[in-house]
Amino acid sequence: MIEIQNVHKSFGALQVLKGINLTVAKGEVLTVIGGSGSGKSTLLTCINGLEQIDSGRILVDGVEVHAKSTDLNKLREKIGIVFQQWNAFPHLTVLENVMLAQIKVLKRSKSDAEAEAVRQLNHVGLADKLKVYPSRLSGGQQQRMAIARALAMSPDYMLFDEVTSALDPQLVGEVLDTLRMLASEGMTMICVTHEMKFAREVSDRVAFFHKGVMAEIAAPEELFGAPKDPELQKFLAATH
Amino acid sequence: MFNYNFRWNQALNSLPDMLEGALVTMEIAILSMVIGITVAILLTLFRLSGNRILYAIATTWVEIARNTPALFQIYMVHFGLGGFGIHLSPYMSLLIGIAFNNAGYLTENFRGALKAIPETQTRAARSLGMSPLQAFQNVILPQMLRISFLPMTNQMVWAILMTSLGAVVAMNTDLYGVTSELNARTFRTFELFAIAAVIFYLITKAITLSARLLAARLFRY
Repeated sequence: MIEIQNVHKSFGALQVLKGINLTVAKGEVLTVIGGSGSGKSTLLTCINGLEQIDSGRILVDGVEVHAKSTDLNKLREKIGIVFQQWNAFPHLTVLENVMLAQIKVLKRSKSDAEAEAVRQLNHVGLADKLKVYPSRLSGGQQQRMAIARALAMSPDYMLFDEVTSALDPQLVGEVLDTLRMLASEGMTMICVTHEMKFAREVSDRVAFFHKGVMAEIAAPEELFGAPKDPELQKFLAATH
Repeated sequence: MFNYNFRWNQALNSLPDMLEGALVTMEIAILSMVIGITVAILLTLFRLSGNRILYAIATTWVEIARNTPALFQIYMVHFGLGGFGIHLSPYMSLLIGIAFNNAGYLTENFRGALKAIPETQTRAARSLGMSPLQAFQNVILPQMLRISFLPMTNQMVWAILMTSLGAVVAMNTDLYGVTSELNARTFRTFELFAIAAVIFYLITKAITLSARLLAARLFRY
């Protein structure tokens, strides 16, 4: 379970998170929508401790992420994150990309890591690209590789930060299909996205962020069907 | 000017001695690069550490190495340290002097290479649970060495040429030293130094060519 309690966060004078309260249960798929600068991406990087918070608490399975005593490297083994920019390691083949952290962080043997990497790459439809360097892959393929790389760590939670925003439109579908597959398999996911159709389809709940505040959270039918918050109404009118 | 009699035969008879000197020159250059690259990686880590003292050590090293003559650096290792009772052989003084210079230049090359690697690479590595050092070692370092590979080749060539500065510490077993001693005995100055120059040229060409071949094999991405 991920518990976010009254989290505040500023970059200099700019307040990006103004008291967020949110709980994500095991197996839940939460999507977060909102305009740019609404703080939704920052929240994800706070959850796995890549960003500090100013006040409040974030607990992952009861462990406080920003407590001094928390071993962040250990915690991050449980939380996979995939970014808008896929960040393939260019000097490693697709297979090696997915093996590296398994060997270095989880201390898996080379053969175990390889077997798991092959399994995950198969899962995301890249079984024929194992020995290829990322520079030979399309953006959509690189993004799916990044997803396989995170999944190979056997995380309990997956965070997706606008994973389709940097892709050419014709490549968005293949990545969303991968996310749909994960959702159907019961992975606990928080997806920050601009894909409204996707959010409506896969989410258990959808949260709308506006200027650092979570303005509304509800089941997709309710949030998209009968939005209450005036900013959300405006946002949906503009994106439809 | 035109009554100098070339005596190439006499000079060419010394070729075996000069080639032996060339081997010493290459040995010093290679060792100085191995030490230089190792120290430069360390200094790069110092700069990234966020520790002010370590940062200052790295910056001072780079500033001195790049902004004072290499000849002074070698001289200081030999005679400067000698003043403190640390007496090194000409070979060691030359090796350490060149390695010091290499480390300074390479650290600066590495800094440029790091700038070319997106910060998101570290972020991706860290988000997979790697420690800062693991991220550096497995993700950043290989890319950094690849980007700075050609500047490293230049430094290697420069290291070969710098061995001739061993003259100031009475180094007499490297290519310059051997040539200089032969010259003192025979006065075939033009011939001897022309041959030495050709050997220097061939060594540096061999280095740049083999570096290019190596790069093609190593960096297939």
